[in-house]
Amino acid sequence: MSTLLSVEDAHVSYGKVEAVRSVSLEVGDNEIVTIIGANGAGKTTLLSAIMGVLPLKGRVAFAGENLARLEIEDRVALGLSLVPEHRELFASMNVEDNLELGAFRMSKARTAAGFEHVYMLFPRLKERRKQLAGTLSGGEQQMLAMGRALMGAPKLLMLDEPSLGLAPIIVAGIFEIIAKLRQDGVSVLLVEQNAKAALQVADRAYVMELGEFVLNGKASEIATDQRVAASYLGFAESAAAG
Amino acid sequence: MNTTIMLFLLQDGITNGAIYALLGLALVLVFAVTRVILIPQGEFVTYGALTYASLAAGQMPGTAKLAFAMGLVAFAFDLYAARKSLHWQRIARAFALNVVFPGLVLAATVWAAGQRPPAGINLVLALLIVAAIGLSLYRVVFQPLAHTSVLVLLIASVGCHLALQGLGLLFFGAEGQRGPTLLNASAVLGPLRFTGQGMAVYGITIAFIVALWLFFGLTLYGKALRATAVNRLGARLVGIRTTLSGQIAFLLAATIGALSGILIVPITTLYYDSGFLIGLKGFVAAIIGGLVSYPLTAVAALLVGIVEAFSSFYASNFKEVIVFTLLIPVLVLRSLAAPAVEEEKD
Amino acid sequence: MRERWPLIIFAAVMVAVPSIPGMPPFWIVLLDNIGLSALVAMGLVLLTGVGGLTSFGQAAFVGFGAYTTAVLSANYGVSPWLTLPLSLLVAGGAAVLLGLVTVRLSGHYLPLGTLAWGLGLFYLFSKLAFLGRNDGISGIPPLSIGALKMLDPGTIYYAIWIAVLLSALLTMNLLDSRTGRAIRALRRGHVAAEAFGVYAPSAKLLVFIYAAVLAGLSGWLYAHFTRAVNPTPFGAQAGIEYLFVAVVGGAGYVWGGVLGAAIVVILKEVLQSYLPLLLHGEGQLETIVFGILLVALLQLAPTGLWPWLTSWLPLKPAGKKPNTSLTLPARERPTDMPDLLLQIDNARKQFGGVVAVNNVSFDVQAREIVALIGPNGAGKSTTFNLITGVLPATSGNISMLGRPIGKAPPQDVVKLGIARTFQHVKLVPDMTVLENVAIGAHLRGHAGALSSMIRLDRADEAKLLAEAARQIARVGLAEQMDQLAGSLSLGQQRIVEIARALCVDPVLLLLDEPAAGLRHMEKQRLAALLRELRAGGMSVLLVEHDMGFVMDLADRIVVLDFGTKIAEGTPAAIKTNPEVIKAYLGATA
Repeated sequence: MSTLLSVEDAHVSYGKVEAVRSVSLEVGDNEIVTIIGANGAGKTTLLSAIMGVLPLKGRVAFAGENLARLEIEDRVALGLSLVPEHRELFASMNVEDNLELGAFRMSKARTAAGFEHVYMLFPRLKERRKQLAGTLSGGEQQMLAMGRALMGAPKLLMLDEPSLGLAPIIVAGIFEIIAKLRQDGVSVLLVEQNAKAALQVADRAYVMELGEFVLNGKASEIATDQRVAASYLGFAESAAAG
Repeated sequence: MNTTIMLFLLQDGITNGAIYALLGLALVLVFAVTRVILIPQGEFVTYGALTYASLAAGQMPGTAKLAFAMGLVAFAFDLYAARKSLHWQRIARAFALNVVFPGLVLAATVWAAGQRPPAGINLVLALLIVAAIGLSLYRVVFQPLAHTSVLVLLIASVGCHLALQGLGLLFFGAEGQRGPTLLNASAVLGPLRFTGQGMAVYGITIAFIVALWLFFGLTLYGKALRATAVNRLGARLVGIRTTLSGQIAFLLAATIGALSGILIVPITTLYYDSGFLIGLKGFVAAIIGGLVSYPLTAVAALLVGIVEAFSSFYASNFKEVIVFTLLIPVLVLRSLAAPAVEEEKD
Repeated sequence: MRERWPLIIFAAVMVAVPSIPGMPPFWIVLLDNIGLSALVAMGLVLLTGVGGLTSFGQAAFVGFGAYTTAVLSANYGVSPWLTLPLSLLVAGGAAVLLGLVTVRLSGHYLPLGTLAWGLGLFYLFSKLAFLGRNDGISGIPPLSIGALKMLDPGTIYYAIWIAVLLSALLTMNLLDSRTGRAIRALRRGHVAAEAFGVYAPSAKLLVFIYAAVLAGLSGWLYAHFTRAVNPTPFGAQAGIEYLFVAVVGGAGYVWGGVLGAAIVVILKEVLQSYLPLLLHGEGQLETIVFGILLVALLQLAPTGLWPWLTSWLPLKPAGKKPNTSLTLPARERPTDMPDLLLQIDNARKQFGGVVAVNNVSFDVQAREIVALIGPNGAGKSTTFNLITGVLPATSGNISMLGRPIGKAPPQDVVKLGIARTFQHVKLVPDMTVLENVAIGAHLRGHAGALSSMIRLDRADEAKLLAEAARQIARVGLAEQMDQLAGSLSLGQQRIVEIARALCVDPVLLLLDEPAAGLRHMEKQRLAALLRELRAGGMSVLLVEHDMGFVMDLADRIVVLDFGTKIAEGTPAAIKTNPEVIKAYLGATA
C-alpha cells in the first residue's frame, strides 16, 4: 500500500500555545485511519493544519507533493478534503447549490456524476435538494457536508467529529457510509471522540493526548488496549473492569 | 403642496435613488465578499464620469495611464508573492490580467482620444478603464490585508479614497465637467417630462439589477461569490479562491461605480471630489439593507433618493443632515432585531 | 514609581523644548497640533483599541467643545476658563445622548452609526445660523492667566501639553484599575465580563463619554489656539483621520495615540511643504502620497508603530506584587443558608424548532459535587447558560436560594453566589493572569472610574489584587501570575478561569469541562482542590467528559441526552444504568 498522506514532526501553535507537538502520521491508499482522544487533545487543530487552515511547522506531503507552500485551495485541487467540525455549509443556499459548489473545480460531466454518486449515498439529500442548508437537521447537515466534500472527488477525506451532536441511529448511518467510501477508492482520516465507533470502522488508529500521539497501531489492537479502554471507551469498560 | 411638485420631486428622487441603489448593491457585494467597506466607491463614480466626459471632449484621460501603472504594480506584487514557487500558468494569467488588459485599454484610449468616437465607445472605454483600476486596487491594497480586521480594512479603504481623490484632481483639474447624454429623445406624460437620459438611468439600473440577480442565482461563479460571502472558510474548503472572489467583487463594484457616474454626468456637473458624497448616500442605503440584503438595499436607496429630493425642497439647508440622521433609528432597529450573539473578534 | 520614570522624562523634555535656542517657531506650531490631535487619539485608544468600539465621529465632539467656547467667549464675552467646564460638559452631554443609542449597536453597525451622526453633525454645524454657518465664528479671545495672554503658539503650547500629559496619566490610571479591567475585558465579547457583574452597556457608555470629553478638551484648546472656528475640521474626513492617527500609533496603547499624532501631523506637514517643490506638480499631491503611505503602513505594521517601537526598548513592565496580607471582606450571604442551593424545575430552551434543553429538572444541595454528563450536543452547556442568565429559559423555573433566576441577567445571578467557567476559555489574552483573575472580584470592589483616575482607589485595588493573587496561588498557578493569559496552555487557562470564579467568593461553582487538556497529575490536583472547596462549604456543578475523573469526584451525576434527562444517581448507579451506556456509546455499541 503506498502512502497518500505523510506528516512528519508536525508542530501547530494556536495563538501562543503549542497545541500539537511533534506529531507524525501516515495514511495509505484505501485506508481508514482514526485519531482518537479527549476534548482539547489537539485533534481538530491537527486536521485544520493539514488542510492549511492553520500554519504548521514540520513536513506534510500529500500524493507525493510537499504541501508546505500550498494554500487551502491548492490542497483541495490535489485531492485533499476536510469536513470540519462546524461543517461550514453555505447556510443561506440550498442543498443543490451547496453540492454544486463542492464540485467548483470539476468539469460539467464530473459534476453530474458527482451528483449521482452523492444522491445515491445520501438519498435524503435528494429529497431535500431545494431546501436551504441552514434549515436542515443536524444529521442532514453532516450528510450535506460530507456530500459537498465528495463532489470534489477527493483522494483523502478528513472528517472532524462527524458524529458530533447526532442521534445514535444517524451516527450509525454515517459510519456505514465511511466504510463504503473505501470501496470507492477514497481514503479517510477520521477524528472522533466516539472512540468505540471510530475504532470499529478504522484500519489503524492514533491516540492523541495533550497535543502528542501516545499510542498507535491497528485499530483492533488499540480497541483492546487497557489504557485506551480506561480513558476513552467510556465507563462501560471501566465499570466492567471495576 | 401641489401634485405637480410632488410628482416632480418623486421623479427626481427616484432617479437619484436608482443610482444610489446601484452603488448600494456594489457596496453590499464588496463588503459581503471581502469585508471591505468600500469608501473609494465614490472615486469609481467620478473616474467613470470624468473619463467619459474627457473622452467625449476629445481629451486623453489620465485614468487610463493610472490603470496601466496600477496593473504593473499589481503584477509586481504577483511576482513577489510567487517568488518561491513559480507556476508559469499562474504568472501568465497574472500578466494577461494586470499588464495586457490595461495595456490594451490604454492603447485603445490613446487611439480613441484623437477620434471623438460615438458615446457608446466612450462609455465602454470608461467602464474598462475603471474596471481595471478596481481590479488592481484589490490586488495591491486589499489582498495583502485580507486576514486583518474590518477596522484595518476600513482605514486602508480611506487611504485609497484619499489617494484616488488626489489623483482625480491631478487628472481632471478642479473644474466640474458634464458629459453628453446617452439618449436624446424625451417623452411627456401628463405634467411629467421624461428625458432620454432619465429613461437611460431607469433602464440601465433595472437591466443591471436583473443581470446581477441572474449572475448570482444561476452561474457557478455567481454562486461561488455568494458562497464566499456566506462562509469564507467553507468556500475555501471547496476550492474557491478568496482572491478570485475578491477580484470579481471589485471588478463588479468598479464597473457599477463607473456606470453610475456615466449615467449622472449628463444630468449633474461632477467635480473630482463629488463622488465621495454620492458614494456615502449609496452607503446609507447599504447600511439600511444591513450590508447583506440586496432587495432591501435597493428599496432603501430609492427611499434615500426620495427623502433627499423632498428635503432639498423643504429644508434645502438641512438636506444632508436629514439624510444621514435617517440612519440612526434604522441602525437602532437593526441592532435590536439582530440576535444578541456573542461577538468574538480579534 | 519605576513605571513613572519614562513619563517624567518625557514631561521634562516637553517642558524644555520651547526654550531650546534656535527652535523654529514653526516647529512649536507643529507640536501644538500634535498635542491637540493626540488628545483626541488618546480617547480613541480607550474607545477603539481597548474597548473595541470604533468611532468615526470623534471630530464632532471636538466640534462641540470648540463651538461651545467659541459662542460663549466670542459672542457673550464669557471667560475662557469658565467655558472649559462647559465645553467638556457639552461634549460629554452629547456623548451621553449619542452614546445611549450608539453603544447598543452591534457589530459593524456601531462604526457605521458613528459615521452617520458624524456626518449629520458636520452638516448641522455648517448650517446653523448661531454657529456662523460655513464661515464659523471668529474673534475668539486667547487664553490668559492674569496679564499673560496666550497669543503665540509658544505659550499655549504649555496649556496643550499639560492637558496631554494629564490626560495620559489619568487614562493610564483608569486602565490600571477595577473599571479599567472591565473595559479591557469587553473587547473580547461581553459574556465573560457580565458573568462577573460588569454591566457592559454602562461600561461602554463610560468610555464613550470619556473619549468625547477628551475630544471636547482638544476642541476647547483648538478654539483658543486658532481663535476662529469653522466646520471643516469637524467633518467626516477629520473623524476618519483621528481614527487613522490612533491606528498608526497603535490603537491599543495610550502612548500610541501620541506617537500616531506626531507621525501624522509631521508627515502631512512635510508632504505639504516639500512635495510640490519636488514634483513641480499642482493639485493635492500630499493627499495622494498620504493615502499611499497609509495603505503601505497598514500592510507592514497593522497593529501600529508603538508596539513595534517598544519591542526595541528594554522596557519590561515590572510584575505586580500584591500584598496578600490584605483581605477582602467575604461576599454578603444569608445568615441561614438553606441546604437546597440550586433548583431547576422543568427548564426548557428552544432555539427555533430545536429543543436544546427539554424540561430538565434537578437540584444542587449545599456542600455537594454534582456532575452533568452526556454526549456532545446533549444540552449541558446550554443548561449552564440558562442557570447563569446568559440565555433566558423558554419555560420552567430555575431558582437559587429560593429566588427565581430563570429570567435574571447574568449580573444578578453572580450576586447570588453562582460563579462559572466556560467551555471555550474566555480570558483576555493580552492581560496578565492576575488581572484576568481580578475581574472575578469585580463586584467585591467599589472604586469607580473617577476615583481610579486620581488614584483614590488604591486601598480598594490592593485588596482586590490580593484576593486574586490568593486564588491564583490556591489553584497552583502562582508562578504564572504575571504572564499574559494568552501565553498559557489551554489546560492552564481553564484553571485560571477557576481562580477567576473563586474570586467571586461563590457558594456554587459551575465548571464547564475543567479537566479538558490537563495531564493526569494536574487532574488529580484539580480533584483535590474541588474536594477541599466542598469541605469548605462550597458546592460544585460540573460538566466533564473524563469519566474516571467524574466517577471519583462526584456525589451525584445527572445524565443528559438530546436535551433530556435520562438518569440521575450516584456514580455507582449511573455506571450500570443500561440507558446511559446506550446513549454514551451510540448505536454501534
